[in-house]
Amino acid sequence: MKRRLLSGNEAVAQAAFHAGVRVATAYPGTPSTEILEEISIHPELYCEWSPNEKVALEVAIGAALGGARALTAMKHVGLNVAADPWMTLPYIGINAGLLVVVADDPGMHSSQNEQDSRYYARMAKVPLLEPADSQQAYDMVDWAFELSERHDTPVLLRLETRISHSRTVVEYREERRETDLAYEKDSVKRVMIPGHARMRHPVVVDRLEELEREAESCPFNHEEMRSSRVGIVTSGVCYQYTREAFPEASILKLGFIYPIPEKIIREFASHFHRLYVIEELEPYLEEGLKAMGIDVLGKTRIPRVGELNPSIVGEKLGELIEMDSGVKGGGWSRPAERPDLPDVAALPNRPPVMCPGCPHRGLFYALGKCGAVVAGDIGCYTLSVLPPLEGIDCQVCMGASVGMALGLERAFSTGNANAESAGKVVGILGDSTFIHSGIPGLIDMVYNRTMATIVVLDNRTTAMTGFQDHPGTGITIVGEESLGLDLEELCKAVGVDSVRVIDPWELEESERVIKEEIGSDHTSVIISHRPCVMLKGGGRSVFYRVDEEKCTSCGHCLKLGCPAVVMRGEKVIIEEDLCVGCSMCAQVCRPGALVEVREDD
Amino acid sequence: MTDVILAGVGGQGAVLSAQVLAETALSLGFDVKTSEVHGMAQRGGSVISMVRWSEKVHSPLIPRGKADFLLAFELLEGLRNLEYLSLEGTAIVNDYSMDPLTVLRGDVVYPVSALEDIRSNAARVVDIDARGLASEAGNPRAAGSCLLGALSSFLEFPVDGWEESIRRFVPSKAREVNLRAFALGRKACSGYEA
Repeated sequence: MKRRLLSGNEAVAQAAFHAGVRVATAYPGTPSTEILEEISIHPELYCEWSPNEKVALEVAIGAALGGARALTAMKHVGLNVAADPWMTLPYIGINAGLLVVVADDPGMHSSQNEQDSRYYARMAKVPLLEPADSQQAYDMVDWAFELSERHDTPVLLRLETRISHSRTVVEYREERRETDLAYEKDSVKRVMIPGHARMRHPVVVDRLEELEREAESCPFNHEEMRSSRVGIVTSGVCYQYTREAFPEASILKLGFIYPIPEKIIREFASHFHRLYVIEELEPYLEEGLKAMGIDVLGKTRIPRVGELNPSIVGEKLGELIEMDSGVKGGGWSRPAERPDLPDVAALPNRPPVMCPGCPHRGLFYALGKCGAVVAGDIGCYTLSVLPPLEGIDCQVCMGASVGMALGLERAFSTGNANAESAGKVVGILGDSTFIHSGIPGLIDMVYNRTMATIVVLDNRTTAMTGFQDHPGTGITIVGEESLGLDLEELCKAVGVDSVRVIDPWELEESERVIKEEIGSDHTSVIISHRPCVMLKGGGRSVFYRVDEEKCTSCGHCLKLGCPAVVMRGEKVIIEEDLCVGCSMCAQVCRPGALVEVREDD
Repeated sequence: MTDVILAGVGGQGAVLSAQVLAETALSLGFDVKTSEVHGMAQRGGSVISMVRWSEKVHSPLIPRGKADFLLAFELLEGLRNLEYLSLEGTAIVNDYSMDPLTVLRGDVVYPVSALEDIRSNAARVVDIDARGLASEAGNPRAAGSCLLGALSSFLEFPVDGWEESIRRFVPSKAREVNLRAFALGRKACSGYEA
């Protein structure tokens, strides 16, 4: 046995490797990204970055049917993309085990919503496991593959940010199982024409009874009896917060949470006159218990919004539990009042920013001069919404900017209220996002003839999630050279009238091309091509310096919002160790006070 | 239980420093948990990492008012996370400020009294020029190892345990610089009582 400190994501990857997974797929998405990165270091598996989560799941389904244990990992909103195959997969079943890992992001550290993916298990009637730390994540993965194969069903493993990105001690074995099942054709079971599907849906429902029996005897559902007066039902990372805040409380720690293990819950509940449920986001367990007729106290006290922690759990329930039962919080006490502490809300915010030299900055600076209505998308460039660029008007999910641009244009051009904006609609998205789910929207634009313009921010990587390759880079997850998707040729092939390529570091030229294409009455794509500065070779070996004699402190360069260009008192200075030499500040400097310096000078 | 919160700006290396600290505690047989953030928050925004060790650790998150040490990679970020520090806690502060964009734009003013505010709210404050010492060691980006060196003088972890973790987890080309930065940070705090 090895003993190591692993993040939840690393533990899942390690466990999947040991469980004999032969195919692993994902599209990157915080907080799930490292699962595929970690598992792809093993040459024994086939791993891929898929173009999106739907394809990732479909590849995993094919692999499982074909006899290989398969895993696909995604963030919570990725499961929305994969929801179509997800909902019918339980009908056709699997062959070798199939594990879908979904990582929710309560508190939205790096997400656009905080949906609770536990409901996806209930909706699809798929068993759901939720670990409370990395060790449990490790143990659950192996068990989940056995469960999957015992019941011919995919299994959903739900993580949260504080499981995925917390490191905890894991003891693990080092041998890898071998899995390779025979493939046999069974089209009645696996081809869901209505007649077959009508036969399969009852199988899915009946399976739930078997799964509930599994949940009742599952090693991951167990009682920890302490005080006879306080009983708390919880699961996942909330178990840890509960243990810390109420070390004296009895806890029913649930790890297999769909189907809900009714007998275990009833048995536990029978010991207490009042039962508490501590869970993050939605009242999923609470609703389950209430549907069983068990009265519980949960979301009337515990917030439904944002991430929990031991302080919140203690503050929301501590006094009530103490009053109710006489059991002291023990682990929890309100922090001492500290009147001298600075008011955190009054401190300057430090929102994330685009890096010095980021090519997106140039594009948004140029676009800002064009008076466009801009539908944005998901990626680093979403940060352009903040001052000073304030570059996007609306944004909802991966790839949506394309369809939204078409819809905006139609609303403007078919009405009178905003008719003057009809010719100024832009949809803007990154290369990886475009490939993920922007292409069907572009086909719609061509098919239904729009004058809206799409800008593809082609920085040759999936930057926000940590610089993963994608089909456009032509490099696979294991670093092998493949065929790279040519975005320009793709846009031409679907019939876009005008495809232009610009370098977003060239501000005047970018502005000129954007104005031409926005002003045109045909469908245009502008490919804003410049590799991310964080990639090898992304910056230049020069930096810029302020010529104090020439600088008039007009502040024009500050409108780029570059972290390397700062105002110190009345003077502008350039932080030389941050500057990557993109020259954009010098291009906008009217007195010509920003001068290039070679690094060896 | 010993609780350390590392607060800084995305890109300063708080995540790596947290890992070195956690692995050192693990190597001494403790139960250890850490928590960190990835993704969008890392792009120059406020970031915090948490490290906890004891015989048994439950929550990966430190409750407010319970941290024994605050490692502030930047002054404003130290100030922002003071509420985590216990009344008896020690703040180890890199005497370095980075203006957030909200300040650069002139919307708000950087709290000039940040270090004084930290002083008046922590039982003990150690301020070191971690960036300067790291530059002396060979690279200002090794400031995190200076702060760990400073922290090490308050913990009863053997020096070779720290060095072993730095060797294992810092990328090879930065290893020697970080070992030197660690030693300089430790030396800068040799006068304090553990």
